[in-house]
This record gives sequence, structure tokens and C-alpha cells, in this order.
Amino acid sequence: MATVLAPEGGQVDRVASRPRPRLKAGGRERPNWAGATAAWLWLLIVLVPIYWIVITSFKTRANYFATNPLAPPSSPTLDNYRFVIEQDFARYFMNSVIVTLGAVIPAVVVSFMAAYAIVRSTGGRFLRWTNSMFLLGLAIPLQAVIIPIYLVIIRLQLYDTLLAIILPSIAFAIPLSVLVLGNFIRDVPRELFESMRMDGASEATMLWRLAFPLTRPALVTVAIYQGLTVWNNFLLPLILIQSPQQRPLPLALWAFQGQYGINVPAIAASVVLTALPIVILYAVGRRQLLSGLTAGFGK
Amino acid sequence: MSVLAPPAVPAAQIKRSAPSAGGHGRVAWMALPALVFFVGFGVIPLVGVLGLSFTTWDGLGAIQPSGLDSWTAVITDPGLPHAMWVTFEIMALSWLFQTPVSILIGVFLAGHQRYREFLAVLYFIPLLLSAAAIAITYKALLDPNFGLGAGLGIPLLQQDWLGDETLALAVVVFVVSWQFIPFHSLIYQGAVRQIPRSMYEAASLDGAARVRQFFSITLPQLKYTIITSSTLMVVGSLTFFDLIFVLTEGGPGDATRSLALDMYKTGFQANLMGPASAIAVILVVAGLLIALLLRRLGGRGDESQLEGA
Repeated sequence: MATVLAPEGGQVDRVASRPRPRLKAGGRERPNWAGATAAWLWLLIVLVPIYWIVITSFKTRANYFATNPLAPPSSPTLDNYRFVIEQDFARYFMNSVIVTLGAVIPAVVVSFMAAYAIVRSTGGRFLRWTNSMFLLGLAIPLQAVIIPIYLVIIRLQLYDTLLAIILPSIAFAIPLSVLVLGNFIRDVPRELFESMRMDGASEATMLWRLAFPLTRPALVTVAIYQGLTVWNNFLLPLILIQSPQQRPLPLALWAFQGQYGINVPAIAASVVLTALPIVILYAVGRRQLLSGLTAGFGK
Repeated sequence: MSVLAPPAVPAAQIKRSAPSAGGHGRVAWMALPALVFFVGFGVIPLVGVLGLSFTTWDGLGAIQPSGLDSWTAVITDPGLPHAMWVTFEIMALSWLFQTPVSILIGVFLAGHQRYREFLAVLYFIPLLLSAAAIAITYKALLDPNFGLGAGLGIPLLQQDWLGDETLALAVVVFVVSWQFIPFHSLIYQGAVRQIPRSMYEAASLDGAARVRQFFSITLPQLKYTIITSSTLMVVGSLTFFDLIFVLTEGGPGDATRSLALDMYKTGFQANLMGPASAIAVILVVAGLLIALLLRRLGGRGDESQLEGA
């Protein structure tokens, strides 16, 4: 148990996500007033801006200025959404989808392969060195290396293309993904590998037939976490994209706000529209998303 | 991790399946694609940023070596201590605000009551939103003429939040907390659920009240989680960019111009890539130093947290 709790553990998430049976005896749960107050107050603080942005997005401009900003719209309108969509948001949405899928799928595949190699290695210098480099990579913030990335992208003649966002996104997804996936591959019983090897299976076969099915939940979790990170990234497109038609959503949102800043209901609609896909995803797969967010951290 | 121990395979089998069991040579190639990406866009840029800090480059033309010019320019610029101070203020204030609130909420959410599960669903929404979307929402919300304060007609809320130097910094700290408290609460929630119930039961039998239990059991048991969460908060706050950029663009004046903002503005607005690279190097070094320092503070991390459980 002690090793599980050590900061480097890595098993903790899975233990934590398994709800413990409640103790019935004694009724030990005395009210936690301080926690309850903080929790309810913070809930209010979280919800008010969200509530405000949603109801505002359904108001007309005239209605917005004439009524109490916290009152729901008297006659809800979809005009703001229509206006936002007319500003090419479908294209920005597609750009975001392309960038996210284009970055996450390769990132997860190459990280899975690397994690497999690191776990299965019997201690060669190359893989040990690779592993420590990835661990070091966890500490490199994207912001700090954005200037050389800009230079590399220019030299590769990729400036102002979606690939310019995709390639660095893959690289920066790798360290954490390798760490988390490695922890899961380590849990695959060694006997299974041994028996497959006896049957003459190659490492590639074992990766695909054994490690992949057994770590699928972890792969989904990692993919979701990285997907969210890439979807919400603002810095890479800000630096590497110039033409309006190449913008992914967060950058488009910012540009839209710069252009129509006074039209609050339209801004509200643009924010809601860009957040909607993620919120829907959250509603569908909340557990995996939350465990994805703390994977590699919640130790 | 006993799985990592060398396999107990009879020698005969090793011979049969040459080159070696588990085969280093046979799996090493699988790490190559990840390595190529990571070297290309992680390691080379990291070395590159150090290299670029000894050059002059406007972002478009040729890159000229210029020795220590960029470093001299950066270090003698009064903007640097200011940016460092702003970064420190944001770091310290957001830590001071986020940590107690996250612990309280995490402890509360660790209860298994149904309604708390429901609360958690709502809490974690800010985690999903992009910093750009959050900043734009707050920018509209806090607008002195069109925002919430103006609409409600409450003078207290109707301030020029982002136009006043002190207020703008406070707003940045608040919005940062709004975005990240859910994440840290989530970490604490998981950690609190790990604390063995037997400890609380024993304390109850000894007559320890709830508050006493919190300070004598919960907090000490959360030690490593507090260090992890604080490291993420502190190191993360060095590189806050999107949120501040969209919210205030470093303003008013230079009031919220943190190091990350300073780097961006020096490099991509003033086109001084050399000095901007020097600032980036300072960022990396500061981040590593703080992370190491916090690790030190936390002890070596391999001692048992469960003494007496």
C-alpha cells in the first residue's frame, strides 16, 4: 500500500476511481461545514459566468442592454448563432477537428509503441536514455521553446498550414503519454508475454495482440486528455497561423472577439458554440475524461 | 515494480530465442518514431532557444550571431525585474488562493454522497474550456459599460476591472483560479479517498473532533499531494500565457506583463527574437529550479505515508 501512495506510483488513479464500499456502522460522517460552505460558494462562482454566457447568447442586442443581465431572455433568439456560423465558424470547427485528430492519433500510436519498447526492454542503454529524455520532456513548457519551433516550422516551409500546429502538438503530447501508458503496460502480467513468446510471437504481434487490447482503456484516457489539450491550444496557432481560413477555434474566437467586441450576445454565442462539442463529450464520457485529466498527476 | 525484474527464464530458452529474452534490439525500433518527433520539436528547440539567445534575429531575415548582446539587453532592461515580479505575484497569489479552496472542496467531494457526485459534474466544467474562451467570457462579463456590473447597476461591480493596474492583476489571479481550482480539487478528491478509514475511526474513538481530525490526519496524509499540486500550480503559473494574453494583453500598461507575456511581446511584437529567447531560457531555468526546490521540500518521497495505519 505504501508504494501505491508514493508520488511516483502511477497506480493511484485506478485505485481511486474504484469507489470504496461505504461503512455503514457508526454513522461516522459528521457534517463538514467549512467544506460544504466552500463547495457551494465555489459552485455558484463556477456557474454564474457559465449561466450568464449561455443566456446572453440567446438574447438580441437590444434585449441585452434593456434587461437584467441575469434574467433569462424574454424572447430567445438564435440570430446570434446564425451570425457566428455565417462568420465561417464551420471552417474553423473543421480546422480544429483536423488538428486534433491529426495530432492525437499519431501521438497516441507512437507513444504506445515507445512505452511498449521501454517497458519490454531488458535494460539497453538506448531505451534507458530515451526514457529519461521523455521524463525530462515533462518539464519543458511549450511557451519556452515556441521561438525555435517557429524557426523550425518556417524552415520546413510549413508556416501557415495546419501541419505546423499538428507536428509540435504530437511532440508535446509524447512525454506524458509514454509515462502513463508505460505504467499501464507494466501491469500486463509477464507470464502472458512469456507464453506468447513461446508460441513464436514477435514483439510487434505481442504489442498488437496482447498489450493493445489490455491497455485499451488507458489509450482512450490518454487520447481524451491529449485531445482536449490540442483542441484548446491557443499559442501554437497564434504563432504559426496567419491566414484567417486556417484558424482553429480558439484563435478564431479571439479574432472574432477583437472584431465584434461590443456585440456581447454574438461573443457569447461564439464562446458557447466552441465549447459545445467538448461539453457534449463530457456529458457522454465524464469518467474517462476526468481520469484522463489526472492521469499521471493524481498521485 | 517486480514486473521489471529480470525474467526467470531457463538458460536453454534464452539460447533458443536469440538475440535475447524480451529482446532489447527487437523492441528498440518501436521507440524511434516517438523519439524523432520529440527530438525534432522538443529537444532541438530546447537547445535552439539557448543558441538563439546568443544571436540577433528579427523573425524574418537572417540570423546573426551576436555574442552576449541579447543577454546584456535583457538583463539591463528594467522590464525584466518588473516581469519577474508580476510573475511572482501571480504565482504566489494564485497558490495562496487555490490551495486552501481546492483542499476544502476536494475533501468535501471525497464524500460518497450522491449529490456530491452531481456537484462534481458541474465543478469540472471549467476544466473543459479553452483559456481563450474563459478569458473572452470574463472580458465581456467584466466590461464596465456592457458587462454584468453595468447591467445589474451595482456600482461595486461596475469598476474598470481590466483598466486598473491592481484590479487587473487581481482579476488575472481570480480567473486563473476559476480555471484551475477544479483540477486541483479533483487531485485532492482522489487523494482523500486513499486515506484509510481506520485512521479516522481510531481518532473518533479517541474523541478527536472533525476539525482536529482534519488537521491531524487529513492534512498530514495529503502532504505529497499538496506538493504535487503545488508544483503543478507554481510551475504552471510561470507559463500562463493564453489567459493573460486574451484578457489583458499584459496591460494596463505593463501591470500584468508576466515573463511569458514579456517573451511573446519582445519576440513576436517587437521582433527581437534574441532577447526573447534569453527570456525563454530564464523561464525554463526558473521552472526547473522551482520544481527541484519543491521536490526537496517534500522529502525523497519514498517514505511511507501510512505510518500508524
